[in-house]
Amino acid sequence: MTDGSRAGAGTVGDATAPDLTNGTDLAIETHGLTKRFRSQVAVDGVDLAVPRGAVFGFLGPNGSGKTTTIRMLLGLVAASAGGARVLGADMPRHVDSVLPRVGALVEGPAFSPYLSGVANLHRFDAADRHAPRRTRSARVDEALDRVGLSHAGRKKVHAYSLGMKQRLGIANALLMRRELLVLDEPTNGLDPQGTREVRALIRSLADDGTTVFVSSHLLAEVEQVCSHVGVMSAGRLVAQGTLEEFRAAGEARVLVQTPDGAAARRVLVRLGMDVDGELGGAAVAARFASSDVAPEAIVAALVADGVRVRGFEVERASLEQRFVELTGEGFDVVQ
Amino acid sequence: MDGEAGVSRPASAGAPAAGGTLSLFASELLTLFRRRRTWALLGALALIPILIAVAIRIAGDAPSGRGPAFLGQITENGLFVGVTAMIVAIPLFLPLTIGVVAGDTIAGEASHGTLRYLLIAPAGRIRLLIVKYAATAVFCAAATLTVVVVGTLIGWALFPVGPMTLLSGASVSVGEGLVRFLAIAAYVTVSLLGMSAIGLFLSTLTTVPVGAMAATAILAVVAQILGALPQLEWLHPWLFTEYWLGFADVLREPPVWDNFADNALLQAGYLVVFGALAVSRMVTKDVLS
Repeated sequence: MTDGSRAGAGTVGDATAPDLTNGTDLAIETHGLTKRFRSQVAVDGVDLAVPRGAVFGFLGPNGSGKTTTIRMLLGLVAASAGGARVLGADMPRHVDSVLPRVGALVEGPAFSPYLSGVANLHRFDAADRHAPRRTRSARVDEALDRVGLSHAGRKKVHAYSLGMKQRLGIANALLMRRELLVLDEPTNGLDPQGTREVRALIRSLADDGTTVFVSSHLLAEVEQVCSHVGVMSAGRLVAQGTLEEFRAAGEARVLVQTPDGAAARRVLVRLGMDVDGELGGAAVAARFASSDVAPEAIVAALVADGVRVRGFEVERASLEQRFVELTGEGFDVVQ
Repeated sequence: MDGEAGVSRPASAGAPAAGGTLSLFASELLTLFRRRRTWALLGALALIPILIAVAIRIAGDAPSGRGPAFLGQITENGLFVGVTAMIVAIPLFLPLTIGVVAGDTIAGEASHGTLRYLLIAPAGRIRLLIVKYAATAVFCAAATLTVVVVGTLIGWALFPVGPMTLLSGASVSVGEGLVRFLAIAAYVTVSLLGMSAIGLFLSTLTTVPVGAMAATAILAVVAQILGALPQLEWLHPWLFTEYWLGFADVLREPPVWDNFADNALLQAGYLVVFGALAVSRMVTKDVLS
């Protein structure tokens, strides 16, 4: 019996060994992460896997559980069930060793309005016992400079615009060199110029090897910088993967501009494609469905049947469409 | 703190653990005393001795036996303005100001949203609580010193000053008298520590600082009302306000310290109980603000 159990333990050990190395490859890892507030389930069995070095776009409409998930990752809120590992350590048990390596912007910036921007950053930095006091002023200045706020650092925060507070919040996340940055809606309140700057900042941080976990309800804001995407809807993680995987999952379709609609439809059906219902004007749309016919073959077949092709286009579902497919459309928050 | 386990991890080895808490405490004091509201509270406290001194200077002595203790001595010796003002401030003004500061500790951060940023810095939940309490205690000292120091200065300016006649009839020099006043300030500061712990605990319960402030101040008033009812005599030794006005013994020759010790013990008891409640609430709290 003892032999049997030893062998069993050995197997378990072997099984966990690669798992551990796998774990260190992930900056964020959750298993069945769940949060219930009284009867309402805010986050429901989320299994996140954010590889180190990734720029992970955490997408979902307002109220889909993104911020609650982030609060659990940072140890602000206790999970009702499931667990989270951040930078290889269990949260919230190891908050004190993990959080100094994490910079975060959670649910918008927040500061003491009666203090200047510089004083606020000094205060948060002083709260981190791993942040050396000697370099504090220099690091605060550098962080302000990085978000373009040097000129306003001495102003009281209550005189800041929303965009300036947002920049100050990002500066706070950058006070130390971090292994992981968690940015919750970092472009809120920023003008298009500021949004571009934030994207450039995220890119440069990622180039330095920092893992960036960036949440947004606006897909377009993060699409250009992300390597990975996860989509939340009604508390569940409904999709997760690299941006390419995510794009590929969207269906491609062809769009034919022609005055001979009926003839074109016949050809497309013959090629095994799903023809969409009536489109306005002189256009026919069809999805590839199971057929793997080449686009040039479609055009050849159309022309051979005397269809006057005025325009031909293959379009992949944009990420935006995919996002809407997954999360639903409109202003209604999914309950 | 569960942080110790984390600090010993190799990943964060070499990080300076010592001195960090002092740095946070210094930053907390700087934040508290850079706030205009803090100075407004201290200014309001400073007004009490000023009003008393000016009123007596203009209107002259009150008929003896009326008004707060020591009022009659002021025209003979201006140094008593500080003590008189303290007696006036203790029932309401001091508890109000301490209630504002203690009730604001955690709830104020929560209402600004800065609590989450302090915690992810990470300040450590218990460490933050300790630093907040220590800063409140410093404010208690600042508040009582304001009353005594401003009172002594205005008394010095408006009235004759000389050796003080103590309650026991003995007379002490001005210097010795000033030391006794500092002892009174220390006594009252200690008196307020239990109330500060109550305020700290209430502050962990809400994200509305005004609620915690008002509840703390109201508790101080309620405790004093209960303390004034002879039918509840059994309860009196347990009220945190019981020894608040008991500092007169410091003005005897030689000073009697019994009250000081009893008071300190009582306040320590309140600190332990409400400190523990605050810690248990703080470490389990979901920070959603």
